[in-house]
Amino acid sequence: MANTTKDKMTSQKEKSEENLKVKIRDLNLYYGDNHALHAINMDLYKNKITALIGPSGCGKSTFLRCLNRMNDLIRSVRVDGQVIIDEKNIYDKDVDEVAVRKRVGMVFQQPNPFPKSIYENVAYAPLKHGLIKKGHYCDDLVEKSLIQAGLWNEVKDKLKEPGTSLSGGQQQRLCIARTIAVQPDVILMDEPTSALDPISTEKIEALMLELKEKYTIIIVTHNMQQAGRVADYTAFFHLGDLIEYDETETIFINPTEKKTEDYITGRYG
Amino acid sequence: MSSLMKKTNLNSKLNSSNKKTEVENPFYDPSLQKRHAHARRFKYFTMGSIIFAISFLVFFLGDMIVKGMPAFQQSYMLIDVTYNEKTIDSTRKAIDKKYRRIVSRAWLRDIPAMVEQDPSLMNTTQTSWVLVNHQVDQYMKGHYYKIKDKYLQTIKEKQAAGELELHFNTIFFTQGDSKIPENSGIKSAIIGSILTLIVTMVVAFPLGVMTAVYLEEFAHDNYWTQFIEVNINNLAAIPSILFGLLGLAVFINLFGVPRSSPLVGGLTLALMTLPIVIVSARAALRSVPDSIRQAGYGLGLTKIQVVQDHVLPLAFPGIMTGSIIGLSQAMGETAPLIIIGMIAFIPDSPDSIFQAATVMPAQIFTWAGMPERAYVERTAAGIMVLLSILISLNALAIYLRKKFEVNW
Amino acid sequence: MKPFELKTRHSDLKEQFIRFLLFSAAAVSILTTFGVLFSILFEAIEFFQMRSFWYFITGTEWSPGVADSKFGALPIFSGTFIITFIALTVALPIGLGSAIFMSEYASFSLRDKLKPLLEILAGIPTVVYGFFAAITVAPAVVNFFQIFGIDASFNSALASGIVMGIMIIPVISSLSDDVIRAVPDSQRKASLALGMTKSETIKAIVLPSALPGIVSATLLGVSKALGETMIVVMAAGMRPNLSWNMLEDMTTVTVRIVDALVGDHEFNSPDTLSAFALGLVLFIVTLVLNIMSVALIRKFKEKYKVNTL
Repeated sequence: MANTTKDKMTSQKEKSEENLKVKIRDLNLYYGDNHALHAINMDLYKNKITALIGPSGCGKSTFLRCLNRMNDLIRSVRVDGQVIIDEKNIYDKDVDEVAVRKRVGMVFQQPNPFPKSIYENVAYAPLKHGLIKKGHYCDDLVEKSLIQAGLWNEVKDKLKEPGTSLSGGQQQRLCIARTIAVQPDVILMDEPTSALDPISTEKIEALMLELKEKYTIIIVTHNMQQAGRVADYTAFFHLGDLIEYDETETIFINPTEKKTEDYITGRYG
Repeated sequence: MSSLMKKTNLNSKLNSSNKKTEVENPFYDPSLQKRHAHARRFKYFTMGSIIFAISFLVFFLGDMIVKGMPAFQQSYMLIDVTYNEKTIDSTRKAIDKKYRRIVSRAWLRDIPAMVEQDPSLMNTTQTSWVLVNHQVDQYMKGHYYKIKDKYLQTIKEKQAAGELELHFNTIFFTQGDSKIPENSGIKSAIIGSILTLIVTMVVAFPLGVMTAVYLEEFAHDNYWTQFIEVNINNLAAIPSILFGLLGLAVFINLFGVPRSSPLVGGLTLALMTLPIVIVSARAALRSVPDSIRQAGYGLGLTKIQVVQDHVLPLAFPGIMTGSIIGLSQAMGETAPLIIIGMIAFIPDSPDSIFQAATVMPAQIFTWAGMPERAYVERTAAGIMVLLSILISLNALAIYLRKKFEVNW
Repeated sequence: MKPFELKTRHSDLKEQFIRFLLFSAAAVSILTTFGVLFSILFEAIEFFQMRSFWYFITGTEWSPGVADSKFGALPIFSGTFIITFIALTVALPIGLGSAIFMSEYASFSLRDKLKPLLEILAGIPTVVYGFFAAITVAPAVVNFFQIFGIDASFNSALASGIVMGIMIIPVISSLSDDVIRAVPDSQRKASLALGMTKSETIKAIVLPSALPGIVSATLLGVSKALGETMIVVMAAGMRPNLSWNMLEDMTTVTVRIVDALVGDHEFNSPDTLSAFALGLVLFIVTLVLNIMSVALIRKFKEKYKVNTL
């Protein structure tokens, strides 16, 4: 089954080796004795948005966290297999998970700005990473990041106010600005709009479409319409298995697997 | 391209990339080394601080045990003692001249009492184990001593003959305080502590539980309730010595409660223990689920019946746990008791809560201020006894909490 | 026929009575606080009628018990301040370090073992610390400085300050640990996901968030150190000494209170009543510290909506 999917994918031109950003090979993940992800193989493409969908507990968020090694923070988790970014397996011994997270940013379900000013929220990580020094380079970076996140016009007059004073949607865009300020290659988004109202959601979706020009975006979503609206590729997870992975259109209109079809048509989930 | 092929292709690539130098690792970042070193140092600092705190605890307990253990033994000497009219009159004549500066004055003082207790001793000469004075005892324990050479000679002979030995120190547990170090014990302080704590609990327990019941079950959230809560909080933060000032000014000077008595000590400690009992009792009451109360009301019981018959019994283990912890804190308290005079020299155990008494921590304080070396080991031994009781009380509290722990 | 039992006067009265009884019990705590305040206040007022208040807070000579007795408490305040400062210098880094280790690095099971161990430190009676300070730490301090040819007093402020610091470690570590753990995990994850190391996350994100709670814990520790009696009575000096040298002997408010009230002085003499004047200062300072501490914790709770503190 996976073979047929992949054959079809590789037949297309733009999915050539060069456009591959992340390659996942035989990725298994265990929570203690619980085998949560079963031998996942997957290719993620540069400057595309890939959506991960599936019912709750299917492992899509766990999978997402494998891509920047956030799972390392959970004591009982064990990962084997490979996640290859730019021809380097990030689980190799000589790879520092801190460096991985610098290049693979993450946006969370609940907007979680730091209890600092808007300016400090954005400047915090680049300063610590030594990407810039304090002063007007830093101001430029903050401005650039906030512009990219589509938040500049709303906050340019109140950069000293706490990030937590913003509305939910603004907070989430602040979190995105904070992430892109580190200049990552890949941005992971774990249900970034599930805690937001429809208007904020729309803004963030528009933002994603802009950001994919520069970044490779992988998004976990509960909302299939959202996947349909923004994603170039969609992967369907079920009980720790990658059931089907293809262009979004194919998945929604003409899925190969019965399970995918059942989920898409709302028979469970 | 099949996925299988792709995989082998990839593996070969991976292998080659492993062979490349570190610089070509796209995730290689030289500045990270410094940051990780910093992170490690920070972690070691936090680990070091907790190790310091715990090793201090170990060192401290070890120090007390090393200093206190010798006090549980006491030197005795086997000599002839003559009991007759003359020796009862002038007790130092009961023993050979050369032993007079070796045997304890306290032991000699007790000769008339011994004869009175056992008249058959009269006009006999007994060979028996006799308490020696503290300098000889310190010599026996290998500590610093001050003994004249001619007595030292006798002591060494006796020791060589096996007639001068260390025995278990029963005096420490059966005697009260004494100006003669080898005759001093902790018994009257223990009894003083017990009497004081009985007063404390008789006052603090009902008052604390009633306050908790009022605040949790009856009070409305109004100004008064908040005021009471703020007060309880402040009460817990007032330095203990100020309760001593209260005890002195109010209980002794105003109400005329006898100074140094377990009554005034107990009352003072009760006020200090009150916040602990209240806080733990409230927590226990709060942990009783509302469904129990609803069930009671559903059966047509009044509020007081519900609280008395259903809520309080369920909260009781929690209340007990908190009260025991409060009790153990009161037991170790010294400062306010000094102010109300409970550091008096009390050789005999008090019989009632109105007599002058001392308590264990106060006894420790008194001994710690004594110049003789023999009191140092007694102080440490007193601390061992006090700490053992406190640890047992806390263990009991933990046991109760574990045993009656209910997950609603 | 009565469909319901009528409310009887008797049961109503009984309920009222019990309610009243419970309220009275609750009122005892108010009475006690005011009892402490007024019993100290009235005697202190009596003292200030005999002696100048101004000299009390600014005078540098404290000489009770002599014909020309003077009550200038400045050297007593300075001694108290220095010993408290030493205690805090010991307790703050170690207490906070322990709290960070327990909340951020230790596993749950390790933390469950460490926390009660630290709390044993809080359960040791202060008279025991005092004995330890006098018999073990003070000679050690003297011997240590002997190496460098410096003379230290056997009643040095340093020895009692260190031991007092150890005593308040659990005060600081216990509350700080609770507060640090109450900082939402999403903050840590956000920082780590930006490629921060753990220590950077703790220092830049977690500790600033927990700061009100940590300050609150520190204030409680200070309040405890100021009111601590036995350690200083047994290990610090009696001599009011206006000096910055912590190897000298110094005295504290609590020592002078004990000294004034132990022994056979006439109660209404300024010698005895000076204890209440000092007690009043201690009461006010610790009360203010406690109120500030509670206010800070409340602020923290509101910010993060936690009720477990």
